[in-house]
Amino acid sequence: MTFLELTGVQKRFGDVAAVEDFNLAAERGEFVSFLGPSGCGKTTTLRMIAGFELPTHGSIVIDDVDVTHRPPNQRNVGMVFQSYALFPNMTVAGNIGFGLRVRKRPSAQIAKRVSELLALIHLEDRGNRYPYQLSGGQQQRVALARALAFEPQVLLLDEPLSALDAKIRIVLRKEIRAIQRQLGITTVYVTHDQEEALSLSDRVVVMSEGRIEQIGAPADIYNFPATPFVASFVGTLNLIAANVIDTGTGRLSVDGQEVRSAKPITEGRAGGTVTIAIRPESIELGEGGGANRLRGTVEDASFLGSIVRVRVRLADSQTSVSLDTFNDPNLSPPGIDEAVTLSFPPEACLVIGSGPAPVVDVVAGA
Amino acid sequence: MIEERNEPAGDTPNAARVASVTVAARRERRSFGSLWAWIIFLIGVLYFTVPLIATFAVSMRAKPAFAAYTNSFADPRFLSSLLYSFVIGLITVALSIALIVPTAYWVRLRAPRLRPIVEFVTLLPFVIPPVVLVFGLIRAYSRPPLPFTNTDIGSSALLVFAYIVLSLPYMYRSVDSGLRAIDIRTLTEAAQSMGAGWFTILVRIILPNLRVALLSGAFLSLAIVIGEFTMAVYLARPAFGPYLQLLGANRAYEPAAVSLISFGVTWLAMIAIAMLGRGSRTRIQVGGAH
Repeated sequence: MTFLELTGVQKRFGDVAAVEDFNLAAERGEFVSFLGPSGCGKTTTLRMIAGFELPTHGSIVIDDVDVTHRPPNQRNVGMVFQSYALFPNMTVAGNIGFGLRVRKRPSAQIAKRVSELLALIHLEDRGNRYPYQLSGGQQQRVALARALAFEPQVLLLDEPLSALDAKIRIVLRKEIRAIQRQLGITTVYVTHDQEEALSLSDRVVVMSEGRIEQIGAPADIYNFPATPFVASFVGTLNLIAANVIDTGTGRLSVDGQEVRSAKPITEGRAGGTVTIAIRPESIELGEGGGANRLRGTVEDASFLGSIVRVRVRLADSQTSVSLDTFNDPNLSPPGIDEAVTLSFPPEACLVIGSGPAPVVDVVAGA
Repeated sequence: MIEERNEPAGDTPNAARVASVTVAARRERRSFGSLWAWIIFLIGVLYFTVPLIATFAVSMRAKPAFAAYTNSFADPRFLSSLLYSFVIGLITVALSIALIVPTAYWVRLRAPRLRPIVEFVTLLPFVIPPVVLVFGLIRAYSRPPLPFTNTDIGSSALLVFAYIVLSLPYMYRSVDSGLRAIDIRTLTEAAQSMGAGWFTILVRIILPNLRVALLSGAFLSLAIVIGEFTMAVYLARPAFGPYLQLLGANRAYEPAAVSLISFGVTWLAMIAIAMLGRGSRTRIQVGGAH
C-alpha cells in the first residue's frame, strides 16, 4: 500500500526547472534512495517532501494526507542533514529530546525515549556531552536519533554520510539500514554515491537534470539500465558503437565483428548505428564467457587488488574494451600486444541508444 | 655576541659556528622585538591610565582625604540618577534584543537582499546628532494623539526609544556577527522538521547561540546609556549624564570622584558580563566539519 506518493511534482526557480514531472509511490517501511550527480534535483525533491520548498506543480501525499502546502513543522517528517545541524547549545540528550519537548510530552516519557535512542545508537554514556565534544560519526548518529525520537511518519536523509571518511561511512550506513529495518519507517535517502544507494535501498530513483531516469531495485538498475545515463552513472561499463544488422534477432556488428543482443533491437534500424553497453565483469578472456566473441590485442592490464582490469583494442579498429577479471595468483595477466578473444553472453549486451557511443569507452560511475 | 653551541661541532666546525651565529641572531631579534612590544604596551597603558590617575589626583584635593567620594555617595541624587540610568539601560537592552534579533534573523534567513538597506538604517544614528533626534521626538510626541512628554512615565519611555535608536549600530552589528557564526538556515530547518514554530526556534535555538554576541552588544548599549547627556537633559529625565553635568557646574572635586566611580561601575559590569559569557559550551560547529 502506498504510503508516500509524489505525483507530477515540479519545481521551477524562475526559468530553471530543478525538478520535472517527478512521480514516485513508496510503500510503508520502504527504503528509497535518490541517486544522481550534483544538481540533478534529488535534494530539491527531498526538501519538497520535507516542506522546505514548495512545489510549483504536483502533490505530495503522506499516509493519504495531502501535505503539499503544509508548513514543515506540521508534516511529522524527520530529517537528517548533511551538516548534522545539531543544536550547539544543547547536550546530546537535549538534542534528541527536542522534538518531544516541542510536542510537550511529559518529562518522564522524554527521558525514557531519549534513553532508548541513546542505546540504539550506542552512545549511552554520551548523553551529557555537547556536539562539539563528539566525533563526526557520533554527531551523525545523534542527528539520526533526534530525527527518529518523535516517531515521524517518514525519515529523510540528505547525504548524511558525505562528510565522513570512507570507513566510518560503511559502518554508519549499515547502522542506518539496520535501524530503519528495525523501526520499519519509510525512508528517503539522497546520495550521489552509487555504492551507498545500491547497498542500502529497496528501490533506487536515478535522476538527471531534474528528471527521473529510472526507478527500480538496485539489481535492476545495475543489470538493466533503462537509459544511457543510468548505464553510465551506475557502475562501470563499456560504451561501444555498433551497426545494426538485424533488429528482430538482435544482431549487431562491432567494427566488423558480429555480436548478438538477447532482445530485439528497438533503439535503431537495420543499417543504423546504436550504442551498446557491456559491463566489464560480464566479459571473459577466452571463449568460455558466452556466445558473443570479439578478437583484439591487449593494450593494458591494471592490477587493482582483487580485480585485474584488462583493456583490449579490438582487431582492425580504434575501439577499446575493458574487462574485469578476478585476480588469480596462479595466473599471470595477459601481456601487452597479446592476441586475445573476448566472450560475453547476449544478455550482457545492452542496447541503450541510437547514435554513436561517447568518446570514453569505460565510464566510471560517480 | 655570545656564541652558543646548540649542535655538536663534529667534523664541520664551520657549520657549527654558522648555526651558533644564527641562533644568537635569532635570539637577539626576538628580544629586540619583545622590547618594542613592551614599549608600545607601556604607551597604551599610560594613554589610558594617566587621565585616570590625573582625575584621581584632582578628586583627592578635597579635604579631608576621600571627601569627594564620601560626599558623592552621601548625595542621594548620585545613586538615584545612576540607578535610573541603569534601569533605563536594561530596558533599552531588553527591547533592543526583542527588536533586533528577530529582524536580523529574518533578514539573514529570508530577505538577504534587504541586508544592505537594514545596515544603512542602523548606521543612521551615527549621522543624525542626538540633539536633532531628541528634538524630533519631542516635536512628534508632545501633543495628541501620543503626548508622551506630558507624563514622567511617557518621557522615560521616550528616552528608552531614543536610546534604542542610539544603540542600534552596536547591537545590530553584534547580533549580525553572532548570526554569521552559526548556520541559522540549517538549524532553523532542523528545528522546523521537529515541529518547532518561529517563537520556539528564536527562543530555544537562536537566542542561546547568540549569548556572547548579545552580551557584547548589551555592554556597549549600557555604556552608552549610562554616559548619555543630551537626550536625557532635553527630556528632563533624572539620568546620570545630566547629574554629572550639574555636579561639574557646581562642585570642584566631586565631578572627578563621580567620574571615577561611574568608570568603576562600568568596568564591574563589563567583568560581570565577561564572566557570564565565559565557560560557554556552545562552541560553534561548522556543518560537517570535524
